[in-house]
Amino acid sequence: MNIQPVLLWSDVCIWLLVLAGIGAGWWSRRQPPLAAAWKRVGQSRPGMAAATILLAFVLVGLLDSLHYREQLPGKAGEKASYSVEVLSALDRLLLPLRTRVEKTYSEPLATRAYAKEMMEVRQADGSLRTMRDYPRLKFGGATLGADEARVDADIAGRAIRAVLLAAVVWLGLCLVVVRRLACADGVPLKQAWQALWCGETAFAWNAVLIAFGALMLVAALLLGLATEYHVFGTDKVGQDVLYQVLKSIRTALVIGLVTTLVTLPLAVFLGIIAGYFRGWIDDLIQYIYTTLNSIPGVLLIAAAVLMMQVVIDTHPQWFATAAERADLRLLALCFILGLTSWTGLARLLRGEALKLRELEYIQAAQAFGVSDLRIISRHLLPNLMHIVIIALVMDFSGLVLAEAVLSYVGIGVDPSMISFGTMINNARMELGREPVVWWSLVAAFAFMFVLVLAANLLADAVRDAFDPRMA
Amino acid sequence: MLLVACGDAWNDPYPVAERGQNILYSAFTERPKHLDPVQSYTEDEITFTAQVYEPPLQYHYLQRPYTLVPLTTTAVPVPRYVDAAGKTLPADAPVEKIAESIYEIRLQPGIRYQPHPAFATDAAGKFVYADLDREKLKGIERIADFKETGSRELRADDYIYEIKRLAHPRLHSPIFGMMAEHIVGLKELGTALQAAAKTLPRDGWLDLDAYPLSGVSKVDDTTYRVRLKGKYPQFLYWLAMPFFAPVPREVDRFYSQPGMAEKNLTLDWYPVGTGPYMLVENNPNSRMVLARNPNFRGETYPCEGEAADRGASLLDDCGKTLPFIERAIFSREKEAIPYWNKFLQGWYDASGISSDSFDQAVRINVGGDVALTDEMREKGIRLLTSVRASTFYMGFNMLDPMVGGESNESSRKLRQAISVVLDQEEFISIFMNGRGIPAQGPLPPGIFGYVEGEAGINQVVYEWRDGAPRRRDVATAKRLLAEAGWPNGRNAKTGEPLVLNLDTTGGGMGDKSRLDWLTRQFAKIDIQLVVRSTDFNRFQEKIRKGAVQLYYLGWNADYPDPENFFFLLNGAEGKVEKGGENASNYRNPEFDKLFHEMKNMDNSPRRLAIITRMNRILHQDAPWVYGFHPKSYALGHAWLKNRKPSDVGHNNLKYQRLDVATREAKRREWNRPVLWPLALVVALGAAVLVPAIRGYRRRERSVARPQG
Amino acid sequence: MLAYILRRLLYAIPILIGVNLITFALFFIVNTPDDMARMQLGVKRVTPEAIQKWKAERGYDKPLFWNGAAEGAGPVTQTIFFEKSARMFAGDFGRAEDGRDISREIVARMGPSLAIALPTFLLGLFVTVSFALLLAFFRATALDFWGVVLCVAMMSISGLFYIIGGQFLFAKIFRLVPISGYGGGLDAARFLILPVLIGVIAGIGSSTRWYRTIFLEEMGKDYVRTARAKGLTETAVMFGHVLRNALIPILTGVVVVIPLLFMGSLLTESFFGIPGLGSYTIDAINAQDFAVVRAMVFIGSVLYIVGLILTDISYTLVDPRIRFDR
Repeated sequence: MNIQPVLLWSDVCIWLLVLAGIGAGWWSRRQPPLAAAWKRVGQSRPGMAAATILLAFVLVGLLDSLHYREQLPGKAGEKASYSVEVLSALDRLLLPLRTRVEKTYSEPLATRAYAKEMMEVRQADGSLRTMRDYPRLKFGGATLGADEARVDADIAGRAIRAVLLAAVVWLGLCLVVVRRLACADGVPLKQAWQALWCGETAFAWNAVLIAFGALMLVAALLLGLATEYHVFGTDKVGQDVLYQVLKSIRTALVIGLVTTLVTLPLAVFLGIIAGYFRGWIDDLIQYIYTTLNSIPGVLLIAAAVLMMQVVIDTHPQWFATAAERADLRLLALCFILGLTSWTGLARLLRGEALKLRELEYIQAAQAFGVSDLRIISRHLLPNLMHIVIIALVMDFSGLVLAEAVLSYVGIGVDPSMISFGTMINNARMELGREPVVWWSLVAAFAFMFVLVLAANLLADAVRDAFDPRMA
Repeated sequence: MLLVACGDAWNDPYPVAERGQNILYSAFTERPKHLDPVQSYTEDEITFTAQVYEPPLQYHYLQRPYTLVPLTTTAVPVPRYVDAAGKTLPADAPVEKIAESIYEIRLQPGIRYQPHPAFATDAAGKFVYADLDREKLKGIERIADFKETGSRELRADDYIYEIKRLAHPRLHSPIFGMMAEHIVGLKELGTALQAAAKTLPRDGWLDLDAYPLSGVSKVDDTTYRVRLKGKYPQFLYWLAMPFFAPVPREVDRFYSQPGMAEKNLTLDWYPVGTGPYMLVENNPNSRMVLARNPNFRGETYPCEGEAADRGASLLDDCGKTLPFIERAIFSREKEAIPYWNKFLQGWYDASGISSDSFDQAVRINVGGDVALTDEMREKGIRLLTSVRASTFYMGFNMLDPMVGGESNESSRKLRQAISVVLDQEEFISIFMNGRGIPAQGPLPPGIFGYVEGEAGINQVVYEWRDGAPRRRDVATAKRLLAEAGWPNGRNAKTGEPLVLNLDTTGGGMGDKSRLDWLTRQFAKIDIQLVVRSTDFNRFQEKIRKGAVQLYYLGWNADYPDPENFFFLLNGAEGKVEKGGENASNYRNPEFDKLFHEMKNMDNSPRRLAIITRMNRILHQDAPWVYGFHPKSYALGHAWLKNRKPSDVGHNNLKYQRLDVATREAKRREWNRPVLWPLALVVALGAAVLVPAIRGYRRRERSVARPQG
Repeated sequence: MLAYILRRLLYAIPILIGVNLITFALFFIVNTPDDMARMQLGVKRVTPEAIQKWKAERGYDKPLFWNGAAEGAGPVTQTIFFEKSARMFAGDFGRAEDGRDISREIVARMGPSLAIALPTFLLGLFVTVSFALLLAFFRATALDFWGVVLCVAMMSISGLFYIIGGQFLFAKIFRLVPISGYGGGLDAARFLILPVLIGVIAGIGSSTRWYRTIFLEEMGKDYVRTARAKGLTETAVMFGHVLRNALIPILTGVVVVIPLLFMGSLLTESFFGIPGLGSYTIDAINAQDFAVVRAMVFIGSVLYIVGLILTDISYTLVDPRIRFDR
């Protein structure tokens, strides 16, 4: 099938971030203090386990950041035209999840709908009889056919196969790692194996492998069951909840990461020049951030989001597809969150810069007539890098959590965009139903929890490794 | 599970003093903005205003279709028609000849107002609170802080005063513009008052009695006359709304004294009326309290109703004096889940009808059947349903070249195709919990002109099979689309895909899923739908400018008359051109002619024939996708008696009765606290304490030794 | 000292003007006065005359920032911005769009907001400081490790979950407290238990972790070692030295939020139906009631600035070496 690649603005930001991340990694390898700090991060077991899991999330997010539009089927010779629906590589991978839509709610792993319904059954004599029953799902457990009683056995069978598969792959990976370790250290396999599990390796391989094992297990289970069942059930309009949860990951990552694209330059630039130059520049910058800080955050964000909304609405010609609109709104939200959250970091950096500029070597550099720009970039910035990195990882989880709250207040992402916030907001009402529909809410909270927990654990490890006070 | 019965419920949200009293508990979600009868227009407000104010007429509580009966009058007024020369015409005179309709409204004697400080007089008969100022108002924060109260009999002047208030320059009556077209002299009064207000200080009182209103005159103390231009039979429906409730001049004078408005002492905050209840506490942030009006005149419970009413024991209280309930406490409940759970626990006697979010929380059942869950049935909860006099629709903007255009055959086919393919039945079942019926045209059931059964269905969208209307299949829609020049969603000539834009207001519950569902419906016939959700203001602006293609809107009837629905498609009401209510900018000369003819007719077979003809035109032209008419589902506990849902009559509090003893028993039974979690917490705490102390000791010893 | 506070207060004026400028710019780009009129007048049967009337009555018929038509100081003073914001400095917030006095409303709603926020704050501080002290006492043991993990886990849970889950469990399933509502006087306690509890639990994670690091930092200092070397028991060291000294950074850190307690909590108040300032703000955002939003922003800014000044003062109180003469 022909496709037309689509590059959304947030995709651009994400891939830029990936490039920047790789670049920064390469650069920090050559900076001894930073490299040492990263090595310390590598030793932290919770940190590395969290990093493994985060990597899986990032992978999903990256897959979801390759967008395209499908060509519409048409007669030969017609000009090719493309669907208005923007899909991603992840959508393509999850095609069965995306397209197998039931009518409405169904429980996780169910074969029938969640509520009874009136059904008209045509009798042998041609008349219609109405009866109330739980209707059979179109896709949930479809392979079972009429033999619904087999459902438990079928699920168990699939689960066992999935676990076995996961175990095999995991053992394989363990062996690969052990071999490489053994080769590198020049020790026998068995010794390397013991060293690995006793945590005697410089890098926390045991944590990585355990986290990876858990990931494999979950992934295999999902993969084995999701092809036939709705593992997390379906929502109000019958869409698979697992699909939505996976799609939410990208939104969360964009909010958590792209926001820093706005925060960092502002905070670093303004914070450092305020601390370095002092005087009226300092006064002005302090005035700006005190003013911004003193406006209650939610109100500022609400006003700014509503304003962006107006701009978007008055320029429908900017967007060829709904996805582009939603995407711009997401970026706008990142931008606004960035604008409101740079002040904290800027204040920290200003304080540090004030201290550093009094140090002798900087005083000396100034006396020698080294240009201010050079002093800042060569002496100040590298010495402030650890603060920046810590702030970066610490902010991530806060931003992901904030998105959910903002969506509750109605000023979050575009309602047509799947995110943890919109999922929770939509599912919130379902707790009031009789009987309770709990799975969307639980699935969204659970995935969000894992993501934020992993981010927090990594942030802890990074902070411990970078903060000179703790080291 | 360890259940401990210990008498009272722990989760009683009300003060202990209120226990066991004849008080009705209900809730409201949106705070009422206006309680002044000329301004209040929304359903949140009418819940309160309808119990306090008494317009001349009301709807019969039990009879259906809705019938007007006297409330404060002796009879439902019958208009007298006169021609341009002032000569009386017979009732069946042709519309063109009628120059004016004259309504003579005669009040029942002996109706008295609620006790209120505005009426308080001293021994000499002078008003006690007639010359207040900021100084004298010190220490007075609420209306209850005035010591003296008084009352007086209802007079025709009070009704006239209120009609004049419609034209008040400082009050924004939503119906002023419209009534000025009908009531003789109202427009002129508006201009005169506007001029007068300019010369007045900001908080000065505008005495309306000083300005004449030519179309309304007092005959005697209990009779007044209203003159309307031409014929306007719908006027009687307006006479059943609070807009035409009495407002005494002394009350207006009382509230206009300096310093009152600053303390929220206004008619907008503390209404004054002759109704069965009076508002004694107004705290829109947490609760509103209505108490029985001691001066209420002794209206009695109706004795006749629909056939089914006797079986539903709605006629048991026939002839008894109203009202039954002493007080009604309305609490603010913003979130649907707490509201719903409190209802289930018995803390609310009934669900509010107007609250949409509440209905969403209630899962009755998918598929349009109205059975309650077993748990609810066991609790004795009863469900009342009624189809509301509203229509929800997806409109096409007829000014848009793609979906609109006058006498454009291909766009008509396109509209028809979309009408067929949007599965309203599924929509209602998924998003409304079955709380609605698919619309066959603009008119909901219960409105004159709605036809049940095969004769009434929309032939374009439905066919009659097996004794029920069946939606035509997707193949039909595809055929229509091909005939429109878009085979398989591609332009027959250029091969361009068909992309349509739908504008909605976003931010609501379940938005995302609704949009997904819509996209899927359009995809069935290969139309690509782009949904643009915007905030409410922007949406309105787009509609005003005609910058939409497809849009979703709904209409709640002001009164149960077909005119109130068809005018939404009247060419003379075009939104873009005339700023009217016809958001589709639909214009069909034949339809407009029929509308003009039907508008002022009395209900008759001829009117029905015209309406049927109009419906046919609308089915063919399909300027709307007729969506659905929502149903109200009102849930009530078994102890609340005499409830019958009504969509147009809101003064229903006076008819209802409570069985307080049953309520107390049930509440206690349903709200026994579950105590084992508390016990568990205590046990856990104790279990942790022992090793903790031991660990502490050990630690104490180990760190005491100096370490490296 | 007094001069310093006075200077800080004067410094607040340009900040407040800036805050006002930002809110005005943002909200009037979103909402033209026409939009506001339509929003308030409802959907049905709104005529252009009615909108003009509404605007004129509320003073929204003037230009926003610059009135070219006026003379003298008129271009600046006869504008919406000047007329609406100048009065706020005098404490007059005017009327909400539905005609009610905002100052009265704010005074009435402050009580319920404080009734939730103050207990949550005090109890939260007490609980988190005790937990942090416990973890610091058992530092480098399994208890400490798992305690920190638990803290991280707790701070990874969305605040929405605590509220939704807590309400579902304690009010619906266990029926221990009313689900929502608010009562005056002593009766309020029943309604406050659950939101306060949820507020405290939701805050445990991050604060405990933060205070624990402060304690550990304090324990690494020389005087603690000296105290231990003198043979004091660990408990005596903890309470006598560490806690007392660590409380300084903790208290000065939280002083800034104390005035903001008045603003209430947006989520808790709307979920529990508490008629406080938080739910007032949410209502105003939803109803696009600009007058109320503006007033709340203004008050929020004032309280924030007061918080900053209080922080500075508290520094001098705990550490007399700090002086404010720059």
